[in-house]
Amino acid sequence: MKTTRLNANHKKLGAKLIEFFGWEMPVEYKGIIDEHLAVRTAAGLFDVSHMGEILITGKEALAFVQHLTPNDASRLAVNQVQYTALTTPQGTFVDDMLVYCLDPEKYLLVVNAANTDKDYQWVITHLAGFKVKAENLSDSYSQLALQGPKAAEILKPLTDVRLDEMKSFWAAWGKVAGIDTLVSRTGYTGEDGFEIYTTASNPGVIWDAILESGKSLGIQPIGLGARDTLRLEAKLMLYGNDIDDKTTVLEADLKWIIKFKKGAFLGSDVLLKQSEGGIRRKIVGFELLDRGIARPHYPVFVGGEKVAEVRSGTFAPYLKKSIGLVYLPIEKTEIGTEFEIGIRDKKVRARVIPTPFYKRNY
Amino acid sequence: MYPQDFYYTKDHEWVQVKGDQALVGITEFAQKQLGDVVYIELPAVGTQLDVHQTIGSIESVKAVSEVFSPISGEVVDVNSELNNSPELVNQDPHGKGWILRLKVKNKADVNSLMKATEYEKFLEGLEH
Repeated sequence: MKTTRLNANHKKLGAKLIEFFGWEMPVEYKGIIDEHLAVRTAAGLFDVSHMGEILITGKEALAFVQHLTPNDASRLAVNQVQYTALTTPQGTFVDDMLVYCLDPEKYLLVVNAANTDKDYQWVITHLAGFKVKAENLSDSYSQLALQGPKAAEILKPLTDVRLDEMKSFWAAWGKVAGIDTLVSRTGYTGEDGFEIYTTASNPGVIWDAILESGKSLGIQPIGLGARDTLRLEAKLMLYGNDIDDKTTVLEADLKWIIKFKKGAFLGSDVLLKQSEGGIRRKIVGFELLDRGIARPHYPVFVGGEKVAEVRSGTFAPYLKKSIGLVYLPIEKTEIGTEFEIGIRDKKVRARVIPTPFYKRNY
Repeated sequence: MYPQDFYYTKDHEWVQVKGDQALVGITEFAQKQLGDVVYIELPAVGTQLDVHQTIGSIESVKAVSEVFSPISGEVVDVNSELNNSPELVNQDPHGKGWILRLKVKNKADVNSLMKATEYEKFLEGLEH
């Protein structure tokens, strides 16, 4: 199994470790519910070094990124970030990701840990004809995420980066705990927060410094268990569950990351046709009306007929109810539509509700 | 740590016999494995259970786990506090986190179960 450079830190904190796509990662420390609530009310620190980083450099870096993604990367100023995807010619997902404009000829793709090798192969396959270079830098990067209402307060004393001036989806280079980093105001929890990238060999210094700085404010180390419940409450997609190479960007309710006006990209013709002709199914959020918890792959019934399977589902620790995501036939996607989910030998009632399930109010 | 007057199963349930009735729950080891318990499906009073028949399921945030009856008997009471406070299973698995009370059908059922020392040895074996 691969380990991140923070593995010893997790062991010292008594983390429950699991295997995650070839990586030994902490799934929880104190407990998923405690950790989830800590992020919502104070702050949490995540080791996300397992994620992938692919650097695109060259005269045609922007054109290359534009070709592979639906969002308009030409809108990005230097140090600006956007959420986007690698799309197939069918308008479905290879992966979802963040794109950082580091320089007019340098773009950093930050991709899911589960897909890093696949994404890099995809990028290389499409290099022909573009004056660019693609490098898989994943092994050199460590990444920490500090998330929660107190994140800025905790990070400020440790960095020369001017956090007060940093808006959401912007980045800056600077030092954290004396170590060179790239810091961005981004995250996967629905809270304010920062993602901190470094190629230094000792990111543990940053990890320890942040935990120390936030101790009196209630910071906790957070594992992959709470990472999943947090992102689901915020209705953030998880590749493999909610999006994959069979779901189009429009069916995934991500129309906002498609900018047709920027020009053709892989899958743009299929997506354009779909946006004109209408989609046949769409991902929606639901809550359970009866007792129970809906989980991925549980069958979903409309009018007694199985129409889909739950994609993501859990008991939401902050909202204190069972929620989930499912692709329903388009005529059944209106808020308030009731349907049923098969949970072992019972049929449990559920209802389509607005998303995100949770939105921060600051 | 493991009460001496309990009997234990390989699936980490415990049973405490008191006269012709018995309390059933899951062990400290089981609750730690599960993580935060968020939901429990309890059987109806009156349900007849055989040895190792499914009592119901306990769900943590990340997983669903089946609970099996350590002995045969009839359900005479369930811990309905667990509906609103499933975390009792984590906080006090051998006490307030009890799951159900059975009317014992066959007192000899406990003879095939482990006592505390045996169960502790069994747990040590699991770690290797």
